[in-house]
Amino acid sequence: MNTITIRDLLAEQAVLHDLPAADLDLIAGCARNQYFTPGAFLAREDTDANQFFVIREGKVALEMHSPTGSLLMETLGRGELVGWSWLFEPYRWVFDVEVVAPTRAIVIDSACLRDKCDADAEFGYRLMKRFARVIADRLQTTRVRLLDLYGGGNAR
Amino acid sequence: MPVDVGALSQAEPVDRLGGPMVPTRYEVVSRHQETADSVTLALMPVDAPIADPTPGQFTMLYTFGVGEIPISVSGCPQREGALLHTIRGVGATSRALCALEPGAVVGVRGPFGVGWDVSAAEGSDVLIVAGGIGLAPLRPVIREVLTHRDRFGRVAILIGARTPGELLYTEQIAQWRSVPDVHVDVTVDAATRGWSGNVGLITMLLDPLPVTATAASVFLCGPEVMIRVTSRNLVDAGTDPDRIFVSLERNMHCAIRQCGHCQLGPLFVCADGPVVTWTAAGPLLAVRRW
Repeated sequence: MNTITIRDLLAEQAVLHDLPAADLDLIAGCARNQYFTPGAFLAREDTDANQFFVIREGKVALEMHSPTGSLLMETLGRGELVGWSWLFEPYRWVFDVEVVAPTRAIVIDSACLRDKCDADAEFGYRLMKRFARVIADRLQTTRVRLLDLYGGGNAR
Repeated sequence: MPVDVGALSQAEPVDRLGGPMVPTRYEVVSRHQETADSVTLALMPVDAPIADPTPGQFTMLYTFGVGEIPISVSGCPQREGALLHTIRGVGATSRALCALEPGAVVGVRGPFGVGWDVSAAEGSDVLIVAGGIGLAPLRPVIREVLTHRDRFGRVAILIGARTPGELLYTEQIAQWRSVPDVHVDVTVDAATRGWSGNVGLITMLLDPLPVTATAASVFLCGPEVMIRVTSRNLVDAGTDPDRIFVSLERNMHCAIRQCGHCQLGPLFVCADGPVVTWTAAGPLLAVRRW
């Protein structure tokens, strides 16, 4: 019987799959697999960003709470990386992350991974490039959404 | 939307007296409020009807005393029993059209332009990507594909809207979701809690791609920026730009290749389009200023 390891799961993720095998081993040492039910929170605004996530299946929502209720900003699903607050001091979440559909995620201990990045700068650089790509993609799509594409049109 | 065609269905098509610039009278037989600013009008001919439109073509709708605008056909009479147009009220004429009630009479010219070549997609995967009011001209395509589901490979319908409240055809989307072996996904740019769907740019629905990129025919309609980013993503994923069909929106006036208002480089969009391949449209939409 073949056992699927956390490293195997990491290698299946588009954001990480072409990293060198040794890098996946390093990440796997800080990772675990976890199932979340709808209504659970992966993160709460202004709490310590002790971990981040790669969504294997399911859906989560980035939210910001307000006195009138939570504001929904974006949903993230299969293959998406959730959380980069762990990269930068003061390592605190900026948004809530709520599970909105049954979700399986790889949970990565951020302090563990930061230590490995600090110890191996080349590994850290390769990982940062992945995160920078994700951050750039999210920024670009956010900018396009700000254009309010569907609000315009031929005004005749 | 089934329509009671009644006695109005008896009229037979004839050659247009006076040529393509003379409108034919049609009566509004039903009006369905789709969203706060969009309605679907079902029209039946008062006089001899216009020729049967094909999916993707448009007509010029004339509100007497206000103006005339191009509107895509969102339902063909040969399928729906009436000529359907979904109109978003954004200007004087479109708002006047949206305000019409059953019994009102409008002028119709057309149908005009090149529509979607659905039959060319037979045997391949089909990806339909619609943004905002762009779902209207794609609705006949969806109907055609779902009616002949066995002729196509994997089928995916991806829909983007500004908010959940501005999503068109919500009842039909629910029906499409219930069709086995059809992938339907929706995303909105903004939502409040209670919306259980996706929130984000429509390109989020392309990753992972629900069809095989290299084996897909794509039908794409929406705001021009959306067409650009989506087509580029698909080409990067391996889709043949000759198999990406996009519907261009331009300022059609005469609709018969005479006035030039709709010109996009060498194309008269009213006659050479509105549906063209990404091979043709891509370089033209990359021009920063004509």
